[in-house]
Amino acid sequence: MFAYLVKRAFQAIAVMFVISVVSFAIQDNLGDPLRELVGQSVSEEVREQLREELGLNDSFITQYLRFAWKALHGDLGTSYFFKEPALTVIFKKLPATLELVFGATVIIIGLSVPLGVYTAIKPNGLFSRIVMGLSIVGISVPVFLTAIAMIYLFSVELQWLPSFGRGDVVPIFGHWDTNFLTVDGWQHILLPSIALASIMLPLFVRLIRAEMMETLQSEYVKYATAKGVRPMRIYFVHALKNTLLPVITVGGVQIGTMVAYTILTETVFQWPGMGFMFLEAVNRVDTPLIVAYLIVVGFIFVVTNTIVDLIYGLVNPTINIARMGA
Amino acid sequence: MALLSVKDLTVKFAMREQSVTALDGISFDLAKGERLGIVGESGAGKSITGFSLMKLISKPGFIDRGQIQFDGRDIAKMDEPALRDIRGNHMAMIFQDPMVTLNPVLTIGEQMVETLRAHRKLSLEEAEQIAIVKLREVYIPSPEERLRQYPHELSGGMRQRIIIAIALLLEPKLIIADEPTTALDVTIQADIMDLMLELCQTNKVSLILITHDLGVVNQMTERTLVMYAGRIIESGRTREIINDPQHPYTQGLINALPQQTLPGQPLKQIPGSMPSLTNIPTGCAFHPRCAYATSRCKTEIPRTLRFGAVEVACHEVERLKAGQGKAGTGQPAANGNASANGDTSAYDEASTYDEASANGSGS
Ligand SMILES: Nc1ncnc2c1ncn2[C@@H]1O[C@H](COP(=O)(O)OP(=O)(O)OP(=O)(O)O)[C@@H](O)[C@H]1O
Ligand code: SF4
Ligand SMILES: [Mg+2]
Repeated sequence: MFAYLVKRAFQAIAVMFVISVVSFAIQDNLGDPLRELVGQSVSEEVREQLREELGLNDSFITQYLRFAWKALHGDLGTSYFFKEPALTVIFKKLPATLELVFGATVIIIGLSVPLGVYTAIKPNGLFSRIVMGLSIVGISVPVFLTAIAMIYLFSVELQWLPSFGRGDVVPIFGHWDTNFLTVDGWQHILLPSIALASIMLPLFVRLIRAEMMETLQSEYVKYATAKGVRPMRIYFVHALKNTLLPVITVGGVQIGTMVAYTILTETVFQWPGMGFMFLEAVNRVDTPLIVAYLIVVGFIFVVTNTIVDLIYGLVNPTINIARMGA
Repeated sequence: MALLSVKDLTVKFAMREQSVTALDGISFDLAKGERLGIVGESGAGKSITGFSLMKLISKPGFIDRGQIQFDGRDIAKMDEPALRDIRGNHMAMIFQDPMVTLNPVLTIGEQMVETLRAHRKLSLEEAEQIAIVKLREVYIPSPEERLRQYPHELSGGMRQRIIIAIALLLEPKLIIADEPTTALDVTIQADIMDLMLELCQTNKVSLILITHDLGVVNQMTERTLVMYAGRIIESGRTREIINDPQHPYTQGLINALPQQTLPGQPLKQIPGSMPSLTNIPTGCAFHPRCAYATSRCKTEIPRTLRFGAVEVACHEVERLKAGQGKAGTGQPAANGNASANGDTSAYDEASTYDEASANGSGS
């Protein structure tokens, strides 16, 4: 267990290192920090002097080390636009995004498992054919189209659900405001969650179906039938457990990817999360905020993958976590 | 009355164009407590036979016609709920490869308990107690601990013992074992066979043992069916079949045994190979590989005829026996194939000539 955790920690550090170098390189090439700090009227000599003082004339490596050192102390620079530390800005926006991802994840898990299992058990049924057909459509339609179509239908035509913002939120701790404690909050998060889920859901249905169909062909399923075990138990105990093992691994990566997809969803629904913020930051060339966003998203990615790996080890009896990585 | 009586069982696979015949009108009986071997080269239809007895043939496969009378009921006509009641309860199966038979994510205990609880109303504790007793019967050390273990924590031999214990859980009347030791280490194959023989005898369970190994059949069974291309071509008392094989194919199998070959000489393999289902030769399916084949063999499926303690389907054997003019030979078999009773006197009662069944599914 310890060996595994150490190994995993090293992997995480390596990934974070790469992300930080890339982020820093972006910062280094994007815009001129001086222009943001001083006006146009300052003379070239003063600029040069400021450059020297700010260390902008140092070598790339020296500048990177300085950047990394500050980053390790939680200092990712100050947002030009918000005039606040970039991390603080992000942490204010983070709960909105995490709640959106959470909502989408719940929808994906809640629907993909029953749909995947059903379409695997009855591959030729009418309902299965419809689901599989829709999943192809779902994969090929871009998120923003799904989102706009839903807004048109549910907000404009039917006027059932609001089309933008978070609505009434309730603070739970610190910066964390939640959507899940008011009816209005639920109504606001529903459409964005569905839109975000719509990218991954068809993939997951198809993945679970494919894995399930393969598992149903296995010897141990045939053996369970030969023992007189009921079909429901065969599907949900014998087959599903084995089906979900590979799905967990893929799923972990996808949840990380979903954080990136929030940029589109949040923009369409004016969702005040960090994806929306990122797009604005890009428009404003707010370099510290862009860099901070990349690093935070990279960090979330690394953390989810580690957690998913651990869950996989816990669920799969053939992997002994205590001895993993040894 | 026979425990199991298979009549004219025909199994087909629905292919894209037409359907292919995997079992072509096989018939045999099995008495209570009797042990029957099924031998034949790879692809002869042995496993299909074993699985159809439980009506466990998967998708494109289906039972085309025939009966599987088990304990007075026809399995071929049963629906799933009725089959579920039989499977694992009155009839149990031991699969070939213990490494893939048990579910990797369920403990041994879960897989034993679910079998018991599928058929009887038992509490978890009661079921585990029965499981422990059965694990002791197959000589598994510290059975209580095994219940908490996962399959991957156990060796292949240990797993196959557990599968045997699972087969015995509900005291079935019949166990079907499909090559139960082929996937195991040679050193433990004999142990497993000895264990199965012992358990079948003490529990008075009937056994159908599917194997390539004529030596194993000789040790384990009282009667034997020899299969070729989905048909039974010779059947009868195991001793007779091993010591005095009649059918050229059976003779070929026995001549190919290593102990029939002098040291240093190559094994006398039968030339050619088992035909695939899509092009089973006309007439006697063995004719392309048979040294005695005549033109008649190419067109006419040989009838199954009884000669003493064995039943054979071969034109050449029929001709020879007729030439010898032996009294009491060449009787058409009672139901086309082997009878349940081991003793020869029972065979003499079968005297009615039944062209249709003797010809099998010649049409
Ligand atoms: N699902 C299937 N579809 C089509 N043909 C099949 C299918 N399963 C088995 N067969 C064919 O049926 C024939 C008999 O197969 P079976 O598994 O009974 O052979 P076997 O005698 O058990 O051979 P082995 O000793 O290799 O186990 C083979 O020719 C095989 O290719
Ligand atoms: S029937 Fe003919 S081909 Fe078939 S085994 Fe007998 S002699 Fe050989
Ligand atoms: Mg087989």
